[in-house]
Amino acid sequence: MKATVYVRPKAGIKDPQGEAVRGSLAKSGFDIVSVRIGRVVDVELETSEREKALAELQQMSHDLLANPLIESYEIELTEEA
Amino acid sequence: MTPNRPKIAVVTFLGSLDEHDAAWALAAMDAEPQLVWHAESELPKDTAAVVLPGGFSYGDYLRGGAIARFAPIMEAVIEFAAAGGLVLGICNGFQILCEARLLPGVLVRNASLSFVCRDVVLRVERTDTPFTARCEQGQRLRIPIKHGYGNFTGSDELLAELEEKKQVVLRYHGENPNGSAFNIAGVINEAGNVMGMMPHPEHAVDPLLGSPDGALILASLADAARERSAVLV
Repeated sequence: MKATVYVRPKAGIKDPQGEAVRGSLAKSGFDIVSVRIGRVVDVELETSEREKALAELQQMSHDLLANPLIESYEIELTEEA
Repeated sequence: MTPNRPKIAVVTFLGSLDEHDAAWALAAMDAEPQLVWHAESELPKDTAAVVLPGGFSYGDYLRGGAIARFAPIMEAVIEFAAAGGLVLGICNGFQILCEARLLPGVLVRNASLSFVCRDVVLRVERTDTPFTARCEQGQRLRIPIKHGYGNFTGSDELLAELEEKKQVVLRYHGENPNGSAFNIAGVINEAGNVMGMMPHPEHAVDPLLGSPDGALILASLADAARERSAVLV
C-alpha cells in the first residue's frame, strides 16, 4: 500500500521559510499574499489492508512525521496493493 | 561514585557534537561525567543527572531532535525524568526534550533563516531551579549560541501558560537572536526537574573561553546532583 502524507505549518504558526519565499516572489513581480511551506512524505507500507495502513499512517504522522504542536498533516492513500 | 562527585550522564547521539565539551565542563564543576551511547537502553547505575548535549543529531532530518527522540536511551531518560531525575538539554538537547514532550513548545527555524553563532546576553528569570541556584535573580549571563533552529514557539495558549506558571528560566536580553517568542532562551518543565536552553553553558566556563558565566548553570546542576546522590547513598 502506498500513501502520501502532507505536513503543513498550522495556521497562526510562524513560517519564516514561507515568509522569505513570499518576499522573494514579491520581488520577482508576483502579487503574493502569503506562502506557507510544508513537507510531502511518500510512504510505502508492507500491509495491503486499508484500515491497518491508515492506523499506522495516523500514528507515524502524529509521532514523527509531524509535530502536532506546530504542524497539521493529511494522509492520502495513493495506491492500494 | 562518591557523593562529592555526582555522576552525570552525557548522552552521545549520532551527530552530537558537544558531549566532550559538556563532559569536560561538568568535570571542572566537580561532577563525574559519564558518556552514554544512544543505543544503550539504560542509564549508568547511580546517575544523578542527565545532560543531552548540543549537535546535529541525525543531521536535523525532519526536525531538530525529532529522530533522536526515538533513540533507545531516550526511553531511559524519559523514565528518569518522570521519576523526578534532573535533565538538562542544551541546544540540540533542548530540541530533543521538546520533541520527546518532556518540555513544552518547539524550536523552529530562526526568524532570520540564518545560522547564528555568537555570544548573547541572557537574563536569569528564576533562581529557584536546580539549574540556576547559583545565579542571582535578574543576573545577566554572557553565553554563546550556535544554532539554526532556536526559535522557541508554541500556541498562544501554551505560551501564555508558560508565562503564567513562570516556566521561562532564561530570556535573551537586548537583541533576540532567533525570533523566539517572549525572548525565550530556556524553559523548565512544570515539575522543575527538566530544563532546556539554546545557549551553550559548556562553552563558557572559563574567562579564557570568553566568559565564565556558563559555569553558574553547570555548577548549579552539579550542586543539585550532588545533593540528590548524597540522599541515594
